[in-house]
Amino acid sequence: MTAAQIIFYILSVLVLATGILAVTTRKIFRASVWLLFSLMCIAGLYFWMDVAFIAAVQIIVYVGGIVVLIIFSIFLTQKSGKEMAKPVTGRSLIAAFAVVAGFAFTSYLIDNNGFAATGNRAFSADVAAIGTQMLSTTQHGYVLPFEVVSMLLLAAMVGCIVIAMKDKSASANEKPLND
Amino acid sequence: MTGIPLSHILIVSTGLFFIGMYGLFTRRNMITMLMAIELILNSVNINFIAFNKYLYPEKLDGIFFTIFIITIAAAEAAVAIAIIINLYRNHHSIDAEDAGEMKF
Repeated sequence: MTAAQIIFYILSVLVLATGILAVTTRKIFRASVWLLFSLMCIAGLYFWMDVAFIAAVQIIVYVGGIVVLIIFSIFLTQKSGKEMAKPVTGRSLIAAFAVVAGFAFTSYLIDNNGFAATGNRAFSADVAAIGTQMLSTTQHGYVLPFEVVSMLLLAAMVGCIVIAMKDKSASANEKPLND
Repeated sequence: MTGIPLSHILIVSTGLFFIGMYGLFTRRNMITMLMAIELILNSVNINFIAFNKYLYPEKLDGIFFTIFIITIAAAEAAVAIAIIINLYRNHHSIDAEDAGEMKF
């Protein structure tokens, strides 16, 4: 077994184990920290697959952005020392059965599908090539999705502000009733 | 290549996907359900990168799909957390069972 294989199996076990802990632990803050570890190990898998750019994006966006956002919202909405209620036994049994059956079926399909061998063509994903193709307007360029997703981000940002904004007029109307 | 066949990577990402599904089925707290969705999206990203690397190494399309999925996941998480915080302000609970009036 080469070092690359050993690293891959260690990373995979870490991703899956911390993922399982993230969805089964009953303390919500611990769940978010396990999620953080799982996302970091996925970034490690990207490094292992030679896509350093995606690994960097993964660390910046997920670890630095989404998990921090989740932790903030946990502090805003939960008493973090409290344990969450246990899931109903019947429901978790059925869920576990469905999940194991689905996993077994999908693994069976993957195992039986002989993916075309690639030979040994080199894979390179340097940032310059990614940037050039991302902003190119020729046949295989991605400039249109890039612009569309930037509009979507803008709309999501405005939407978030509007949703989370305190309704000034409604609270002004409520006050006299309470007094 | 590096000695790992494509199917092993696919099985890891399948495992991650079904772990996320288990979390989505059993959790009733909206923030933890959001975490399960993040796991599912990440498993899809691993698939895209693995297919790009192993089957079409001279192209970059899997990487672009991954970048766009990460972007949309970030937007989705932000909107979901805005909704959750608004719900908490009105109901003082973010349990999915307590939000029954949003059903219809």
